[in-house]
Amino acid sequence: MNLETLPLQLRDAIVGLFPPALQWSVHHVLSITVILTVFGLFFAFTTIAERKLLARVQNRLGPNRSGLPWFRQLKLWGLTQPFADAIKAFTKEDVVPAAADKVLHFLAPVLIVAFSLLGFAVLPFGRHLIPVELDAALLYFFAAGAATELAIFMAGWGSRNKYSLLAAMRALAQLISYELPLLLSVVPVVMVCGTLSTKEIALAQGGWTFGVLPHWHVFTPWGLAAFLIFLVATLAESNRSPFDLPEAESELIAGHLTEYSGFKYALFFMAEYFGLTALSGLGVTLFLGGWQAPCAFLEFIPSYLWFMLKLVGMIVFFIWVRGTLLRLRIDQLTRLSWKFLVPLALLNLGNGAFWALTTDWTGPLALARWAISAAIVIVPFVLLGRQLTTGQTTRTYRYAPS
Amino acid sequence: MSLFPHLTAPPGPTVRAVHDEFHGDLLEVSMGPQHPSTHGVFRMVVTLDGEQIVKLKPVFGYLHRNHEKIAENTSYLSSMPYTDRLDYLCSMSNNWAYALAVEKLGGLTVPDRAQYLRVIMAELTRLVNHSCLVGFLFNDLGTSFTPLLYAFREREKILDLFESLSGSRMMCNYQRFGGCRVDPTPEWLATASALVDNFPKFLDEYETMLSGNEIMLARTQGVGRVAAAQAINAGITGPGLRACGVDYDVRKVDGYGFYPRFDFRVPLGAHGDTYDRYMMRILEMRESVKILQQAFRDLPAGPVMDPKAKLRGFRPKAGEAYGRLEGPKGELGFYLISDGSPNPWRYRVRPPSLINLTLLEEMCLGHTIADAVVILGSIDIVLGEVDR
Repeated sequence: MNLETLPLQLRDAIVGLFPPALQWSVHHVLSITVILTVFGLFFAFTTIAERKLLARVQNRLGPNRSGLPWFRQLKLWGLTQPFADAIKAFTKEDVVPAAADKVLHFLAPVLIVAFSLLGFAVLPFGRHLIPVELDAALLYFFAAGAATELAIFMAGWGSRNKYSLLAAMRALAQLISYELPLLLSVVPVVMVCGTLSTKEIALAQGGWTFGVLPHWHVFTPWGLAAFLIFLVATLAESNRSPFDLPEAESELIAGHLTEYSGFKYALFFMAEYFGLTALSGLGVTLFLGGWQAPCAFLEFIPSYLWFMLKLVGMIVFFIWVRGTLLRLRIDQLTRLSWKFLVPLALLNLGNGAFWALTTDWTGPLALARWAISAAIVIVPFVLLGRQLTTGQTTRTYRYAPS
Repeated sequence: MSLFPHLTAPPGPTVRAVHDEFHGDLLEVSMGPQHPSTHGVFRMVVTLDGEQIVKLKPVFGYLHRNHEKIAENTSYLSSMPYTDRLDYLCSMSNNWAYALAVEKLGGLTVPDRAQYLRVIMAELTRLVNHSCLVGFLFNDLGTSFTPLLYAFREREKILDLFESLSGSRMMCNYQRFGGCRVDPTPEWLATASALVDNFPKFLDEYETMLSGNEIMLARTQGVGRVAAAQAINAGITGPGLRACGVDYDVRKVDGYGFYPRFDFRVPLGAHGDTYDRYMMRILEMRESVKILQQAFRDLPAGPVMDPKAKLRGFRPKAGEAYGRLEGPKGELGFYLISDGSPNPWRYRVRPPSLINLTLLEEMCLGHTIADAVVILGSIDIVLGEVDR
């Protein structure tokens, strides 16, 4: 039995049970079911992992009470908490404000989950595991991802709440500001790999130098810069701290979620995590080698486990950031994007082109290639960063003469 | 048709039109009294131009509970536990301020040990209040509770001390006119002294991680600026005044209690912005630690109550007295008029929280709604004291 192709064999076995006319649709329904189940569970355990990790960051224990009904002895470290939360969300009253636009108010949570799930279709989860092979997978992914902000705006507008409205405005500003660096950070990968297909991009990062140094994009100067821009933009796109302005709880109560309760609220919550997971998965695919193993001798572990491992790593990083950083103000948020990330990403575009044109540089020229490529990103990084923080220093204080 | 037409929501956001075609409409938002970051039941009616504040009206009184009138109808001793409820984070200083006023009125003296204990309690209270404040300020700045819980870890240790001494974490009811209620055990003093010695570690940790954070600097420097003259005119006291560079600390000015015996400095800001107000608190906590270490070193033996003080049935001669001290939030004063009866004829509190709020609109104008929350957090209010 081959672990690597086990999911495929299972799928083919199930599809084979159906008459040939139905096999095409069963194949896709099966893919959708697997995505919904795997990432539904992944979402559930991300929430409990986030709560537990945040609690550890904050010198607390986190949820540790919920076990199983009838098996009180099994403590399970509170791991069944997400299911208890789901039951609670289902049974809560669904409040719709009297003045709300009922259609939009209902449609927003439905659409946001739908849009945020679309991205999973083109992620290569393993060597052979990709739900839909699209030639323009990246274009499709970003088109689907951008639509979620539309749903946020619907929620903000449809609620007829001032906080929701402000949050909706912020969400739009954030979308416009961060969609650009997100896309620009991805373009060098497309240039170097010469393809928009996520499957091909993951394949292109195969191979190792001396069997231990993987050829992932993140280990090149342009790739590292692009990855960092991608990370920041991902934080902003998925409304995570420190860019969680649309739902800034200290100013806007819950932002666009203020007028949502019960399961609709849970849907928004779910969509947020789906979006984060999909974007993290894309980051893994584009920069961290996708499903490729980090070392040659570790290839015996199935590729989809490597993908999951890297995905979990990204999510843990995002949780860590959430437990650490302060929130930016809306003008600072847009300034960071337009004056720092966008210029840097544009320069990195040239960097990617340089890298793609100089593939034949070997020997000492290879070193020069690395040095030039590094200089193209480090120098503007320092200069732009300095301009971003001018006038901000820690201060020394005087004491009253006694 | 609704049963309660006056209770149904208006058809949409109330938008107030400005008579100017270019600038569009203004949005009036009522932040509070059930808003998550107005520090209690405070309400700000803000008029927004986009995200910018063009008008801000503070509304308070939701927690009004007739504190002064109730105190005028009870004996002097019965008001003591009620002062705990003014600024419920700083019951020890509230007790002391009230005790100061009554002692002036009745001409009571306080034994040396009690004077030292009062300083210890007041400075521990300052640590509690300021660590709460910096924690909540970061919550207003958008961290998901991490700095707040770090601060609360230290605060809880001090509250545990208060509880073991007075029986209550926050409503201590510890001071009496003429001294203190109970004498701490040597073990209590040893624990407290060890806690104080370890406190700078927490401050160092806090400062390393947060005071130089770039987002923190960007969010607070130049935000909510107050000029020194403006602050003096508005009667602002406490760290908010000293952040503007005005050297005014009642501990130095009045020298009440045994404060002249202690060696400590008063930090002064230069810009009067939110960052200065935050740093004043951090630096004051460091000075408080110094005062506490001196107090634990020099604490004399002896009684903790003036034997001549008569708590029950206390009837001061007719007259008036104003007792004030440097509370963690500013100058806290109690003004008492006695007509010789067992109750004060007039009882008046000078609440620093309320008076420090007077400049809120001036501080917030032109900043965004996100800044307003941070500015309010840096003013440091407790609604129990604002509304009384």
